[in-house]
Parts: sequence; C-alpha cells; structure tokens
Amino acid sequence: MTAVYGRLQTLLEGWMRRRSRESTPPIRLRYRRVYILPTRNGWLFVVLLTAMWLGAVNYSNSMIFILVFLLVGVSVVSILHTFANLVNVSVTMGRVEPVFAGDPLFFPVRLHNPSSKARIAVGLRMAREPQGFTDLPPNGDGIVHVERPTQRRGPVRLTRFDVFTTFPLGLFVAWSPVWIAAEGLAFPRPETGSVPPPSGGAGAGTGDLRTEGSEDFAGLRRYRPGDPVRHIAWKSGHARELQTKRFAAEGASRLWMDYERTAVNGVEARLSRLCRWILDAESEGQSFGLRLPGLEIPPDHGPRHSRRCLEALARFGS
Amino acid sequence: MSSAQSSTQWLSLPVITALMTTVIAVVLPHTLHLPLWVTAAYFILCAWRYLLARQGRLPPPRWLRITLTVAATIGVLLTFGSITGRNAGVALLALMTALKLLELRDKRDTLITLYLCYFLAATQFLFDQSLPFLLYLLGVVWLTTAVLISVSRQTAVGRPWRYAGTAAKLLLQAVPVMVVLFILVPRVSGPLWGLPDDAHGGVTGLSDSMSPGSISQLSQSDAVAFRVEFDGEPPAADQRYWRGPVLDAYDGRTWSRGEAQDFGDPPEGILRGSPTDYTVYLQPHNQVWLLALDLPGAPPKDARLTAAAEVKANSRIYETTRYRLRSYTEHTLEPRLGESQRRRLTSLPEGVHPRTRALAGRWREQAADDRGVVQRALRHFREEPFVYTLQPPRLGADTMDEFLFETRRGFCEHYAGAFTVLMRAAGIPARVVTGYQGGERHPDAGYMIVRQSSAHAWAEVWLPDGGWQRFDPTAAVSPARVESGLGGAVSQDEPVPAMARLGESWVKDLRLQWDRVNALWDRWVLGYGPELQQEVLSHLGLASWQRTAMAMATVLGVVLAVIAFILLGGRERRPRDPAARSYQLLGRKLARAGYPPRASEGPRDYLARITRERPEWRAELQHIVDLYVALRYGSASHPHWQRELRQRVAAFRPR
Repeated sequence: MTAVYGRLQTLLEGWMRRRSRESTPPIRLRYRRVYILPTRNGWLFVVLLTAMWLGAVNYSNSMIFILVFLLVGVSVVSILHTFANLVNVSVTMGRVEPVFAGDPLFFPVRLHNPSSKARIAVGLRMAREPQGFTDLPPNGDGIVHVERPTQRRGPVRLTRFDVFTTFPLGLFVAWSPVWIAAEGLAFPRPETGSVPPPSGGAGAGTGDLRTEGSEDFAGLRRYRPGDPVRHIAWKSGHARELQTKRFAAEGASRLWMDYERTAVNGVEARLSRLCRWILDAESEGQSFGLRLPGLEIPPDHGPRHSRRCLEALARFGS
Repeated sequence: MSSAQSSTQWLSLPVITALMTTVIAVVLPHTLHLPLWVTAAYFILCAWRYLLARQGRLPPPRWLRITLTVAATIGVLLTFGSITGRNAGVALLALMTALKLLELRDKRDTLITLYLCYFLAATQFLFDQSLPFLLYLLGVVWLTTAVLISVSRQTAVGRPWRYAGTAAKLLLQAVPVMVVLFILVPRVSGPLWGLPDDAHGGVTGLSDSMSPGSISQLSQSDAVAFRVEFDGEPPAADQRYWRGPVLDAYDGRTWSRGEAQDFGDPPEGILRGSPTDYTVYLQPHNQVWLLALDLPGAPPKDARLTAAAEVKANSRIYETTRYRLRSYTEHTLEPRLGESQRRRLTSLPEGVHPRTRALAGRWREQAADDRGVVQRALRHFREEPFVYTLQPPRLGADTMDEFLFETRRGFCEHYAGAFTVLMRAAGIPARVVTGYQGGERHPDAGYMIVRQSSAHAWAEVWLPDGGWQRFDPTAAVSPARVESGLGGAVSQDEPVPAMARLGESWVKDLRLQWDRVNALWDRWVLGYGPELQQEVLSHLGLASWQRTAMAMATVLGVVLAVIAFILLGGRERRPRDPAARSYQLLGRKLARAGYPPRASEGPRDYLARITRERPEWRAELQHIVDLYVALRYGSASHPHWQRELRQRVAAFRPR
C-alpha cells in the first residue's frame, strides 16, 4: 500500500516537474504550474454546508437553501481569489549567508508581484511545513526566509519548495512547486575551549620565519579591516584613508595552518581546530596560509581570504 | 508556526472585538424566542471573554469550562425536556458558541466559532423567513465573512473591518452562483427524518376546535393568512366564504371535529353555475387545512376532500404552499342524509342549555317546516338587541343560555355556535364551519389578501330540499361584517388591527406595496419547492435531469469565467500615476515604430538602445525620459512637469 502511494507520489512529482519547465530564476508561477485543493478547514466547511443543506431539505426551508447556496458560491468564488492571489508571482533566490555547522541556514526567497493588485499572505512551505509568509504590495517584493537546520559542515542544497497561499478564506490552498538550485554552506563548527595556537609554520615551505615580528617598521600601506588598532598610523596625515604601519615581521612571518599539523586526530576535529585558528587569526589581523591535503591557499589576510579558507574547510573531502 | 507562539499576534483586541460583535449580531434575532436565562448566559459569557482579552488575561481553566458546558446542557435539558428539538437545539447551539469563545486558543478555535456563526444564522430561518430577516442575516453573514478573512490570514491580522470590502466582493460574486444553484439544484421533498414536535412554532391560524373567544383572538392579527389570484373576476363580497375545518362535535362549550369526517367518502354533491378558478398562496399555519372558496370541486394534488367537503392536505403546511382550485358558489351538498348521520348531527349533550332548548322547542311548534325554523332564528338575531363585538363579556357556567338571554354580546363564534345549537335543539341537522370571510383586493396587483382578521365561523344546516345550506347568523346581527369586513362591523374603540380598519391612509398604502413584494417573495422564493421547480424547469425546457445538469454546468462555467476574467485579466490596467501613463503611451508609440520596450529595461536603457539606432530622436527622447525619471524617481516635482511630459509625448511622432 505504502509502496503504491510512494510510486504515485513520484509519478505526480515528475508530472508537476515537467509542467514547470523553467528552473532558472526568476521563476514565474504561471497558470499551468499553480495547483489548488481544499484545505483541512475547507473540508470542515464542506461538512458544515452539508449539515446545513440536510437541515434545509428536512425543514423544506427555502431561506436555509439560499444561505447554503450563497456559502457554496462564496467557497467556489474563493477558489478563484486564492488562485489569483498566487498566479504570476515570480521567485528569485537571495544570497545565502554561510553559518557554522549546527546553526540554521536561512535561504532568502524573494517573491515579486508583477500585478497592480496586492498579494496577501503568500508563503513558502517545505514538506507541508509552512516556513513563513509575506505580503506583496502592488508591483512590489517580499522576502521569506526558508530555515534549514545544519548538523554538519558542508554545502546544504535547497532543491524544492512550494510557494503557497490560502487567502482569503483559508478554505483552499493554491500552491506551486518550485525547483530551484540554491546552496548554502555550513563551515565546520570552530573548536571551543583552550585551543593550542597553530604550531607556527615551522618547516613550512615559503621563506624564512622571523618570529620576533613586529619590530622593524617597513613602511605604510592602506588600512585593511582586521588590522590591529595599535598598527594604525594615526599621525600619517593622510586626509582620506587610514594607514597601517607595516612591520618587517608581517611581510615575512607567515603563519601556516596545516591540516597535517593540528595535533588532533579525526577529520572533523582537525577541521574544527583549523576553523578556530582561522577565526582567531582573522580577528587579530594576522596573515596566514592554509594547507589541506591537495590544496594550498597562499598566505594573505582580510575577510575575503578567511572566507575562502573557511569555504575550503567546509567543502573539504566532498 | 506553533499556535502558542502566534496566538498573541493574531488574537488581538480588534479581532476579539470583531468576533464578539459577530457572535452577538448573529444571536440577536434569537433572543426573541430563547429562554431569558440562555440569552443572559450568552451575553455574560461574551462580556467575560471580552474583558479577559482587554486585560490580556488567559481564558478560564479547563475544569471550569467543562463544568460550564455540563451546566449549560443540563439547563437546556431541564428547560425543554430534551436537547434535540428545534428550540432546545438552538439554545444549546447558542450556548456552545458562547462557551467556545472561552476556549479560543488557536486560529482553528476561532474559525470553528465563525463556522458556528454561519450555522446559527441558518437556524434563525426556522423561526422567521420574512424578507427583512433575510436582509439582516445577510448583513451578519457579511460581517462573519470579513472576520473569517482577517482570522484566516497568516500575515499581520490588522483590523477585521479592513476586509469588509473583500468580503462584500466575495458575497456579491457568489450571488449569481447562489441563484443558479437555487433554481437548478433538484429539490427533494422533505422531511428526510422525523421533525421534532416543536419544529414549526409560533405561527397563527385556524385550529380544529372552537370555543368562545378563540376566533376573536385570531381576528386581532393583521398577519396574512393567504393570498388568492382569481383567473377571472372574484366573487361578490357576500360570497367570499373560505371553507376551513367543519366542526360537528359539541360538548356544551367547545365545538370540535368529529372523527367520522376523516373516514367517509367525499360527499355526494351537485355543483352548479359557472365555476370560479383561482390559485391560493397559503401561509404556513402548521395545520392540514387548505382553505377553499365555498364549495370546492376536485381537490388539488397531495390533498383530498373529506366527507364534510373540507380540503385536507396530506401533510401539515409548514411552508408557503400554492394550490389551484375550482369552486362553485351554487351547489347542493349531500342531498340525502343517512339516519345515523342525522342522529349524530342533531345531538346535544344531556342537560345543558335548558332555556335555549326551550326557545328552539317553541320555534319548532310555531314553524311549518325546517326552513321556517331557520328563518325564525335569523329573525331573532336580527331583531333582538344583539351586539357584534371583539370584546364579549366572560361567560359563566352555561355559556349558551347566558349568551342568548343575558349578555347578548358576542363575536362570530358565539353566533355560529348558538345558531347551530338552536337548530340541533329543534331537530334540524346542523354544524359549524370555520374559515375566513372576505378579503381585500390589492389595488394595484389585483390579487386578494385574506388576513387573520378575516377569520370567521358560520353555520351549515341540512334541509331536505337542498342538502347543506350555509347560514351566517353574524350577518343577521351585523350585515356590515360580510359587506365591508371587520373594520366596518364593530365600533371604533374596539381593538381592530390596522389593516382591517376602513378608510385610506398612506400607512395602509405603504403596507399594501410592501405586501406586494412579500407576495412575490412568498410565491417565487419561499414557495419554490419540488413542484414549482418542476414547472419552472419544464418551462425552461429542462425537463430531464441530464439537461438540468448540463444547463447548470454551462451557466456556472460562464459565471465563473466572468469572475475569473475580472480577477485575473486586470493585470494590464492603466497605471494610476499620470507620468507612468504618459510613459506607457510613449512605449506604445515606439512599439508601433518597431521598438517595443522590454520588461527588464529601465527608461535610460531603453533610451540608449533606441538612440543607437535612431539618433535623430535623441534630443526629444532625452527630454521626455529626463522628465519621466524626475517625476517618477526624483524627490522634487513641479506640477507643470507633468503637463510638459504629457504634451511632449503627445507631440512625439516616431516614423
């Protein structure tokens, strides 16, 4: 029985998918891909109307007939209203901010209303679970965030969700399945507690290591976010930009974070520790390089660099 | 979204206020017949819930709600002796709706409460089906729908009144669907199951017994008993006797129907003269009697003629009923009377009315034959100082002797009863006929209205040479009663209902116009049952159910297509902003010249694309686009820019 049901489900899914055609954003929810069915409350309303109708027949009461047929009319007309509230809305995906494994990812789905009529309470759902609703003003947009939990690091894909609405009466639900390629990334969860510092870069390939560091002034360069405050050249007199004092150590003392030298065992534990190191180095404005089996990212600093390194950790092994 | 988390958001004070307004509006008409304690409990529960919401407090605990529910059920059971009848059911439904308010926790509870409101509105029609009621309840349905929309909405609920417009739109668009379904959905003749005893109450009409006071009470009502459309001219006023139940059993005070009438064959009768054909629209009176002009021929469908020539329907009249009849004002009813019949119809209870019997005995001796006795009796009523009044004095132990010899004040039931007793005492078969006498013609619409105030009783006497003959002793006392109705027959200070009074007044005129609307309503809407539907459908050429189904599908399809077009086709509407309108016009002009705007393109990109190919338009287009962008997206704006843009676009002619 369940096998038959499952097979039916698959067939239905395939059929809807073929009807959907477009899969690159913006996806416009055209007539042919909007479906409509009664909700649970809709069925309850059917039961109510049936009871009222039986009463009307039993008492031969014309007025109850009028009321019942009026309410039938309202429900039928509400099918059209619900449908019109969804059709032609278009869907695009916003940028997904990466998170650390264990935190939920939020996929921003942007809905656009191309018509001159406001769309009210349009929502998203996944596996029948509503994710959130928004109102779309005439010719306006709304954003609904689809929340996906992450348990482990790595990419999380959002492949299918429904855009749906039950406005105005909640008796019918109009929905349109959307297949869209959206990916969010979960970085490894940074290790907490007392984490030993990276073992320098001893034996690392590039250049000699001068640990004494930031003593020898080596000139000025443009300030980059993450530069230590004490290195800012407050008196440099540059009108527009902050300048950071460069010291000899910075150029040469490149920290290497090496997968093979994390002093822990297990892939995830190593990645966790690397993640911690990267975050710390980033907050201290230190320059570092990352070495993973089969990948080497040359030393640099700044948020973009850290981000690149964290992404490498997240995708490691996949 | 869990309910707890969202409940505070949507169950806001405005929503609660709207919900309270709805449940109170829906129960308001019910207060006319609900027991006082139910009404009081209903309002107290509503007020309680409202105060809880105002103070932001939680609903009462579960045990208290259960206790209240049980108490309400027991209360209904004690008041009505049942929880299933019409009145008990409605009382219980009302109480449960109010109790449901107390446990509003999530959206679903609220929706169920609103569904119950629709149901309560429907039950109202079991008590009253008049037009003003329908209008009131349509208002209630409108309100309920608006609140339903605001509660079903998942985003910010806001004030429910905001959805009055949407609700009105839904209801108006539903009206054509309702009309189609009302006409075409096959009507089954009910009832499907046994109706409770109190299914139809509070309706006035003739009963099948008569004692002093019963008809004068009925006469004080202006309610319409039935309306009649005559095919030709209506009969003269003194011929408008509408025959109802015939009463031939007498216990010394009350006249009632003998059961023999129901088992005999229809009477042998000779009907003469030109027939009168007419259609009666009878208001529900919860009895089986179909009123017929004296004397009816063949009975209509679903009815039969009893041994006393009454028309009796096969089931009680609970809704407006339409029937056609043919009557003959000249007739000989039952020319031969059997001996046992004769004995029964001349019998009186032992030992009652000694003075009345003595009087009848004297007349018997003086008169040559039965007809002589009848004439003597009528002369007695005409010549002695009898008074026709709606307010006769109360009668004591022997009602008849007291009335005939002491008080001499009475209404038609007194005179008909006394006359019949006198006839029987003289050995002449006689019985009382109840019904209506008279009726006013609607000055414009032509149909005849017979009101409860025309309720009447008269006597029938069996004479060897003519069968049953109608004699109206009231007419002997007060000839005006038969000629001009109740208003002309009793004195001015009696409690005659307004419409029965003589004379013209604008109030009366207005009420007659209103009656016309009601007549149409009763005829076409309330009276729209299986039979009328059959007639209408065959008139429309929809004799078979297949054709009806086809017609229904087609008409509904067209109706829905029109609504869908209104809802979905309105996308390409003219923009409100005049600048956008001008720009749209420019786009159309350029499209004709071969450069249609693209949906993804802003005005500047559009300008750039066109001027690459048509540099000669650059100067003019640049101007227009600058104006448009300034008007649409700029912070400052001058009224004359708008005009300039419009003029430039109008003047621009791409070739």
